[in-house]
Amino acid sequence: MSDWIEACAADDIDEEDVIRFDHAGRTFALYRSPEDEFFATDGLCTHEQIHLSQGLVMGDIIECPKHNGRFNYKTGAARGAPVCVNLRTYPVKVDAGKVFVQLG
Amino acid sequence: MVIIGAGECGTRAAFALREAGYDGAVTLVGAEAHLPYERPPLSKDAMVAPEAPSIKAISDAARLTEHRIDLLGATSATSIDRANRSVRLSNGSDLDYDKLLVATGATPRRLPLSGLGQRCVYLRTFDDALAIRAHLRQGCHVAIIGGGFIGLELAASARRLGADVTIIEAQPRILMRGVPEEIATIVHEAHAAEGVDIVCGDGIASISNDGTSVRITLASGLQVTADLAIIGIGAVPATTLAESAGLTLNNGIAVDAQLRTSDPDIFSAGDCCSFPLAIYDDRRVRLEAWRSAQEHGALAARNMLGAEEAHACVPWFWSDQYGLSLQIAGLPDEGEDTVRRDLDDGAFILFHLKEDGRLVAASGIGPGNAVARDIRLAEMLIARSAHPDIGALAAPSVKLKSLLAA
Repeated sequence: MSDWIEACAADDIDEEDVIRFDHAGRTFALYRSPEDEFFATDGLCTHEQIHLSQGLVMGDIIECPKHNGRFNYKTGAARGAPVCVNLRTYPVKVDAGKVFVQLG
Repeated sequence: MVIIGAGECGTRAAFALREAGYDGAVTLVGAEAHLPYERPPLSKDAMVAPEAPSIKAISDAARLTEHRIDLLGATSATSIDRANRSVRLSNGSDLDYDKLLVATGATPRRLPLSGLGQRCVYLRTFDDALAIRAHLRQGCHVAIIGGGFIGLELAASARRLGADVTIIEAQPRILMRGVPEEIATIVHEAHAAEGVDIVCGDGIASISNDGTSVRITLASGLQVTADLAIIGIGAVPATTLAESAGLTLNNGIAVDAQLRTSDPDIFSAGDCCSFPLAIYDDRRVRLEAWRSAQEHGALAARNMLGAEEAHACVPWFWSDQYGLSLQIAGLPDEGEDTVRRDLDDGAFILFHLKEDGRLVAASGIGPGNAVARDIRLAEMLIARSAHPDIGALAAPSVKLKSLLAA
């Protein structure tokens, strides 16, 4: 298993929101759910390589800012046209107010 | 189930029939030889891609097969026999239907002048895009007739390839239809800064061509000579088939809130139909937009299966030019008052409100996707007929999401 990478402080992400996290030449999206849990996915929409971090989080859905493709950010499942390819997800843990991601 | 038109709308409808659990035959009839593809890139990425572009398929052949969608490409419908519920195809065969969806889209409005020749072109299909692309090169001169979205996006693409560009718009400003002046000004300035020559308020008197160049004479007497003229003066709904079948027309094929035509077994959706928009007291509109084509396709499919669901969407539209992206939710001409919200990096949003404070539209422009999230939230507020606090709309520190909870 790969290492846990410290990504940000838990308070950097508002509830039901998303931020961008870049690491080692790759880009990711980190989410905080309305239930105050944290999740991570690849940062770019599978439709047209748009940063999901500028999209809107609603419940357990992230919606791409460009063409409204939707994913469940907890599972990565594509949830509506125009997206049909799932989003990769990554394990996340919170420790002492810091968010860690296992990027693999 | 038979769907005529394999664009964004018809293709979406075909998949939506399966998503709704329909198990019978689905036939998608498309006039083009390509797999169903996305049109928005045609004026943008397909023009400037360093390598010869390929279509951006909505669905590959495997996914069509998996969903048992029978695509008849390079085939058009020539007539509808409503009494026998059958469609005559260009290959001479007949296709019976239980329910029919007409999603024939729109075609470019033609410039009603003679002398255009082969150097005056239109953009609608992938093949059109390839033909235009073949002409664009460093130092060539392109005249773009029409300062609407297609023309402006093509102007931006042509500039990126190093072409000299002149835009000719008969109206007093670009983007007269549907875009507030404050936003059109930003777009105009961006083009001017990139070296595009924009002529507004001047119509076209005549066009002549000598086979290798086009000479355009404007009403003012100004002359523009170009290697290529691209005409982007709007689109007209493709209604020939519907009209000959005797379906009611009204700025396109007239449908009700469930996208049903005057024949209860025939639905119509996308650019070719006009429909009552519930959020504006059933104002009848016809939209030419990618997302509404999708939403229409999905809704028509459900209603073909008997859902009896009314259209409830807010129109939404975007355009990309240079590094700028513009997004509009709702129809700004519904608004009587405007509230401006300034975001970072020069991005801003205009909220369009009725006199009683109801939010009816929002339009924004900025670099990248700077306005996307707020426009999306505005769209949700519009859908709810919200009367948001004007101070909160104007204050970027107030999250629009907080207004949704109100």
